Amino acid sequence: MLKTRVIPCLLLKNGGLVKTTKFASPKYVGDPINAVRIFNEKEVDELVFLDIEATASGNGPNFDLLESISSEAFMPFGYGGGVTGLDQMKRLFGIGVEKVILNSALADDPGLVDRAAAMAGSSSVVASIDVRKSWSGRLKVCTHGGRRKQRLDVVGFARELQERGAGEILLNSVDRDGTMQGYDLDLVRQVSEALTIPVVAVGGAGELAHLKEAVDAGASAVSAGSMFVFHGRHRAVLITYPEYEELERLFE
Amino acid sequence: MISIVDYGAVNLGSIRNMLRKLELDSTLASTPEAIRDASKLILPGVGAFDHGMAALVDRGLVEPLREKAIEERVPLLGICLGMQLLARSSEEGDMRGLGVLAGDCRRIRPPPGGTEKVPHMGWNVPSILRSALLVEDFDPKARFYFTHSYHLVCDDPGDVVATARHGIEFAAIVERDNVMGAQFHPEKSHRFGMVLLKNFGAI
Repeated sequence: MLKTRVIPCLLLKNGGLVKTTKFASPKYVGDPINAVRIFNEKEVDELVFLDIEATASGNGPNFDLLESISSEAFMPFGYGGGVTGLDQMKRLFGIGVEKVILNSALADDPGLVDRAAAMAGSSSVVASIDVRKSWSGRLKVCTHGGRRKQRLDVVGFARELQERGAGEILLNSVDRDGTMQGYDLDLVRQVSEALTIPVVAVGGAGELAHLKEAVDAGASAVSAGSMFVFHGRHRAVLITYPEYEELERLFE
Repeated sequence: MISIVDYGAVNLGSIRNMLRKLELDSTLASTPEAIRDASKLILPGVGAFDHGMAALVDRGLVEPLREKAIEERVPLLGICLGMQLLARSSEEGDMRGLGVLAGDCRRIRPPPGGTEKVPHMGWNVPSILRSALLVEDFDPKARFYFTHSYHLVCDDPGDVVATARHGIEFAAIVERDNVMGAQFHPEKSHRFGMVLLKNFGAI
């Protein structure tokens, strides 16, 4: 069994699979159900789906699509995007979503984490934090697909969400998203050191060595998008995943 | 034909898809008549013990399931909460279980000072203790996805086919004659779960 989870992070938009760069310019990379089938073949242990339209459109989660994904997925998966209340969460768990990922709603309503954890247990509740670095190098929380800046200190906010009952933190670097240049290790280190719950690093992975760097910086698990949907210099679309043995060796 | 007991708001899609991939026919059974017609049964389940039992009681499925398991001795596989419902009782609830497997469910209590959290949620590699129908052709490194806070304790330790560790050692797979259970989700455990369902299908 792998000591470190390596989780494909797949973005949904209008029912299709897309990949962004720095949270912008979504590029269509295929059909989510087809991607799930490929990840089944690759025996991937966990998937994350984030619907990047669900908050902006006001439509919330696409339950029909998620039901199809759940029926096809022979592995557990987490879902985030437009989740604002417990009724939605109940429906998501009923569909077979293992973990619900909360993000934009937490800026105004961090208590949603308390209520979610009380209902479903901390293990099923993930708080996701999107971080931008300012020109001066200061870390800033942002929400709503990176568009809305929040007056929140990243480490302080992460601590608060942990105390409120989040089971893990999905820590996303907006500046590294889609760049494949490596994780923001400084960010990973700062947040991991301050928390006892698992921190899942996402944003920037382009090769296996990057995954190892994030783990060495304190991440409990690593997640990546581009690395698992693009191939080569020209970013040709290819859904892929490393061999299990390769990952075992990486984290030995 | 495998009849999957459908007694509430649980998505049975991935179980059905996995059976389809194995070329095993399945149907949903949500009425006493459908249970009585079944020649092989899967009892899935997630959530709390009493909630699951109450749903079976409401649909009038308790007696038909007991008859099938005890009198007709058809193969019955409980999955996750479904396995716990086979027992007499659970610490989690006040209702009586189906009582088709001699045992009771207890809360997972990792020893103090450990790092294990409850619920136990994640992949784990069980140890196979003995040969059994469900574990034929098992890969020794087979890993399974677990999500549970309670575990089944059998009166007869011989009923336990495989155990896993999460602070404590607990029953991961049980089998006594025609009554069987898996504490993990085979339908969320890739080819490892597929082997278990294939073995069940071949009985």
